[in-house]
Amino acid sequence: MKKRKYLAVSLLIALALAGCAGEQATKPAAGDEKGAASAQTAPATDKSATGAALSDQEKQRRAELLAQHRVYFAFDSSTIDDEARAIIEAHAAHLVANPQIKLSLEGNCDERGTREYNLALGERRAQAVEKMMKVLGVAGNRIKTVSYGEEKPLCQEHNESCWRQNRRAEIVYK
Amino acid sequence: MRISLKWIAVTVMLLWSFSARAVLTIEITRGVDTGTPIAIVPFIWEGPVKPGQNVSDIVEADLARSGRFAVLPRKDFISTPHEDKDVVFKDWRILKSEALVIGSVRLAAPGKFQVQFRLFDVFKETQIAGFRYNVSADLLRSVAHQISDIIYEKITGEPGAFSTRIAYVTREEPPKGIPVYKLQVADSDGFNAQTVVRSAEPLMSPAWSPDGNRLAYVSFEDKRSKVYVQNLTDGHRELLAEFTGINSAPAWSPDGTQLALTLSRDGNAEIYVMLLNSRALKRLTFDPAIDTEPSWSPDGRDIIFTSDRAGSPQIYRMNASGGSAERLTFDGDYNARASYAADGKSITFVSRSQGGFRIAVMRLDNKTQQVLTDTSLDESPSFAPNGRMIIYATEVRGRGVLASVSADGRVRQLFKFEEGDIREPAWSPYNRELQYKE
Repeated sequence: MKKRKYLAVSLLIALALAGCAGEQATKPAAGDEKGAASAQTAPATDKSATGAALSDQEKQRRAELLAQHRVYFAFDSSTIDDEARAIIEAHAAHLVANPQIKLSLEGNCDERGTREYNLALGERRAQAVEKMMKVLGVAGNRIKTVSYGEEKPLCQEHNESCWRQNRRAEIVYK
Repeated sequence: MRISLKWIAVTVMLLWSFSARAVLTIEITRGVDTGTPIAIVPFIWEGPVKPGQNVSDIVEADLARSGRFAVLPRKDFISTPHEDKDVVFKDWRILKSEALVIGSVRLAAPGKFQVQFRLFDVFKETQIAGFRYNVSADLLRSVAHQISDIIYEKITGEPGAFSTRIAYVTREEPPKGIPVYKLQVADSDGFNAQTVVRSAEPLMSPAWSPDGNRLAYVSFEDKRSKVYVQNLTDGHRELLAEFTGINSAPAWSPDGTQLALTLSRDGNAEIYVMLLNSRALKRLTFDPAIDTEPSWSPDGRDIIFTSDRAGSPQIYRMNASGGSAERLTFDGDYNARASYAADGKSITFVSRSQGGFRIAVMRLDNKTQQVLTDTSLDESPSFAPNGRMIIYATEVRGRGVLASVSADGRVRQLFKFEEGDIREPAWSPYNRELQYKE
């Protein structure tokens, strides 16, 4: 899973360097519709956000990060790792540049452990993302947090490859 | 004539099983071979039309399921007495049966039945118990469970828990379409399943009121967790908690006047107590960690709860009015969702042990912790009201199922649901509605 993502990133970077960035920007690696929408709006955002020209490579990296609407956590943890941090930063920049967008942050857990504790843990994950977004300048009144605990797994199997997909916070634009 | 009647019965059963789609069945997965041998003579029926429920079959199934009895096969019976004067104790001593149950069901008035039963000690040749009930047809199953309770208590010296119910949550997902969640209540033998709430969004955390008439639970029907209380008799329900953040983990005080619950309205999961008549809230915990899963001691003095204030989820105990908390669990890095046995002397909870999430018990006097199960995704344990069994949720071949284990770990049962997942069982308090006459 992780490997494939990195492969996609390096592929995009390679394409950017080859000068096909314009066409590729509309094709997000993570194939979901939300991702596609934000990937399309990303280049405009970057310009207005920074006012400075970003390298094509940097644009591609941002588009790729914005296409990701899920950040993942370790078991019984709400610590944001480097991978999650990069995604949250990209969304925060996009949100600062587009103040009309409201969003909800949805915390989720894998099935292990107890349901009520996991409901609280899911909230803590959503709050961890919220806190970081606020630090990065997104107004708190634009953000709603909700926890689904272990009640809304993306993957229903009972193994670690499934569990890691379920330990997540989702960034949902309204 | 006999054959045709039998065929009618078979046809009726098939129709019945088709109409009731989601049936709960119970199988014993581990028993003990030291159960008390008991013979149950099929109760004789005196009247024109057979009642829908076979009382002696229900009693037999109850006792067999408990793991405390070895029920003798009927084909071995030498005689089939229905009156005490017809009992020949020698016939039962030969079969090595220690106890004998006989009885009858009689149509007393239209729609009214009289059920009689007698329990004998085969070796002492004495009657241990004998009762007569006058009930309507819809209470025949309840009478059967009450007879099972009496037999269980007379033979084992401990109260039975057959006249109880179980609440649980099911989730069914059609191949194409949205999942359906149901909060259901069934008799302790899996029969009479009734849906209390049905939703397209998750349902969680059913909790019985001490009188057994109401259920508190969490519903996501508004896309986030809110706490409701629903009356099981008339279906009336009230929304109790819809504060900002999570509204979770309802637990009744033993006197039924207060509800402990977890709210994050102040920013972080904390335990609160709500007075049910005024809805006044009192916050009990003040810690930046997660505090949740409250449960009251049977005497109402203490509340135990889960907190990760020491870095991992562990069980703590505090006064029911708040104040400092004492940590109870120290074995392992994950102990959570504890609840008390009815005698207040032990608790059951989920404990991570050898990589799996298992059901454990702890005696509160010496704090010894014992893991009872060997599966890996066990959760939501609660004691039967007699303290003998613990019901919990687990996973078998990819599906959520309910299971129970005796408090000593020796007897295990699996509650199978025909389709979908079944989870979050909660064992009801005793049902004391039925009256009986000696």
